[in-house]
Amino acid sequence: MRVPVSESAADQQQGQEHPAQDEQRPDGGQEGFDPYAAPGEGADGAHEGRVFTVSGGDWDEIAEGLGEAHEERIVVNMGPQHPSTHGVLRLILELEGETVTEARCGIGYLHTGIEKNLEYRNWTQGTTFVTRMDYLTPFFQETAYCLAVEKLLGVEEQVPQRAQIVRVMLMELNRISSHLVAVATGGMEIGALSAMIFGFRERELILDVFEMITGLRMNHAFIRPGGLAQDLPPGATDKVRELLELFPKRIRDIEKLLNENAIFKGRTEGVGYLDLAGCMALGITGPIVRSTGLPHDLRKSQPYCGYEDYDFEVCTWDTCDAYGRYRLRMDEVHQSLRIVEQCLDKLEQQRNQPVMVEDKKIAWPAQLALGGDGLGNSLDHIRHIMGESMEALIHHFKLVTEGFHVPAGQVYVPVESAKGELGCHVVSDGGTRPYRVHFRDPSFNNLQAMSAMCEGSMIADVIVAVASIDPVMGGVDR
Amino acid sequence: MSGADKGGDGAAKLPEPHEQASTQPLEVQTAEVIATKHGSFTGSQGGNSGDTSGYGRLVRRIELPGQAPRPYGGYFDEVENELFGALAEQGLAPETAIERTVLYRDQLTFQVRREHLLQVAKTLRDDPALRFELCLGVSGVHFPHEEGRELHSTVPLLSVTFNRRIQLEVTCPDADPHIPSLYSVYPAVDWHERETWDMFGIIYDGHPSLTRILMPDDWPGHPQRKDYPLGGIPVEFKGAQIPAPDQRRSYS
Repeated sequence: MRVPVSESAADQQQGQEHPAQDEQRPDGGQEGFDPYAAPGEGADGAHEGRVFTVSGGDWDEIAEGLGEAHEERIVVNMGPQHPSTHGVLRLILELEGETVTEARCGIGYLHTGIEKNLEYRNWTQGTTFVTRMDYLTPFFQETAYCLAVEKLLGVEEQVPQRAQIVRVMLMELNRISSHLVAVATGGMEIGALSAMIFGFRERELILDVFEMITGLRMNHAFIRPGGLAQDLPPGATDKVRELLELFPKRIRDIEKLLNENAIFKGRTEGVGYLDLAGCMALGITGPIVRSTGLPHDLRKSQPYCGYEDYDFEVCTWDTCDAYGRYRLRMDEVHQSLRIVEQCLDKLEQQRNQPVMVEDKKIAWPAQLALGGDGLGNSLDHIRHIMGESMEALIHHFKLVTEGFHVPAGQVYVPVESAKGELGCHVVSDGGTRPYRVHFRDPSFNNLQAMSAMCEGSMIADVIVAVASIDPVMGGVDR
Repeated sequence: MSGADKGGDGAAKLPEPHEQASTQPLEVQTAEVIATKHGSFTGSQGGNSGDTSGYGRLVRRIELPGQAPRPYGGYFDEVENELFGALAEQGLAPETAIERTVLYRDQLTFQVRREHLLQVAKTLRDDPALRFELCLGVSGVHFPHEEGRELHSTVPLLSVTFNRRIQLEVTCPDADPHIPSLYSVYPAVDWHERETWDMFGIIYDGHPSLTRILMPDDWPGHPQRKDYPLGGIPVEFKGAQIPAPDQRRSYS
């Protein structure tokens, strides 16, 4: 923690230089004391006033070192390694006592260059990357990316209905799991550890379903341009049905625990306030804008993947605060369960339908199958390309090594992710690789509202406000 | 023969794709050429792809969709009429502000000249018949071969009132990478413009604090540009050097 204290105006008028750091340092100026301290404090103009680096030592000595600073301006770096900042988010807070006078975010600690990486892989491989952006909502990124690629290819109409239903089902389950984490970590950060235990326990049930369907709990790369990697395994729908029976009760447990909990309400009501005008100016979407009473939901207003065929409501709340966002998320979980149930009914009618476009120039040639030596290309397919058809072998080779060409152009495709509008801007130059893929991640945009929500509030409320934004740094930094 | 020479010759020899369509109205002819490619695959060092397949003399012009013919269909015509009308009312001829209107895959993009970006954005936000309240960010694209328009900046807009969606696209040359910041009209672009500056080096004039956001403060270069060297770790395999990913052969 670094605590800059601005010098008194009188000192500055006299043109005094900053005192030598060594004399003022609480540790008595040991060599190599803080390897990360800014060199030549004040000289590079990065700091105003003296900087005291507090790492060990006696607080009294530090307080003595402060001397007679009249004006106290304390800047606290909260994070990037802090259990309450939702991952590697760094909050730079200017405090006056316990009141936050200015708040800024420092991000970029989890930047992994996913968008750049995408440009050196083929279109199909792209979904493996985008699923890792916001690691709590992988299916939303996969869907947004695949919808964008399909739009560029002009095959949206040819994507089989079964694939779209499974996409919707996975997205809605994913919305539930994301909201559960939002409630769980949000609760944990304010000390409601039971909320954390319940939230993560329930989420694990959903991840079990994901694992059964895609093979992985996270980072699935299951949704592919043109459809799905493969069909649902046998028994998957039964497992989802079990989940649907169990979940309403489990969700009610969380609601019983928190909805009218005096401590929880005391911590969240009126905290992190952002009204509709603020949301519009800052481009906020998702639960935050719906907590101001505006029923803005792309699933209703600009449906994709056949959302227009499902019966559900757009939940809103009118308090504009962290408590409203919590209630809204729980309401949305119930709506998502409704949608999943309808998905299952639709899947019944769509049995044995394909899950990938018929165009063999786009569809992945091989289907996976479980053999004696584990999961791999199905033996039927191997037999076909190795023993029966030279053309099939060439086709397989070309499609797997080079991939398919996508006509030159650009599209922007949004989906309603658990956190707001997730936009995917894809540019193609007609090649087998994306020319540019940009994700408008809702967390990235919504985190801008942190300053507006926190300035003027208590430092403890910053935690609540940030938790109610529900940023995931994997998505923010990409 | 260097890549640049080939590019010049190839472009000259290439039949004009729109020659026979010259009777059509002028506006449908202006596709946006972003690159000229040779052979069936590219990449490799020095423009020499090592293509011995016999397709090495193929020349392909890579074109992005150009000006769309009217009517566009849907609400797009109304949006353009309203926007052009509102701009004309303000004394700004629409054709000086809007370079092209591109319709591609049911999405409308106005290519705006950068001098007039702020006025166009303000009109789109404030005009009661347009009301694009939400700005959803900024995305940069780098086309190193599109001379004078190397850097593109795309801004998706959403009107919650009318449930409409359009995009604005602004370009600037590499030599003068300045685009006016939309911060004064849509404060939401704050971080998005910082990211695009960080990744592409587009300077958004008027942004309150255009600093790096994802890369470290002292990072040299702008990583998402196509000319940003990827480097890579030299891996020697039986005497062969594995080139960096951007130096390898690509079939794009």
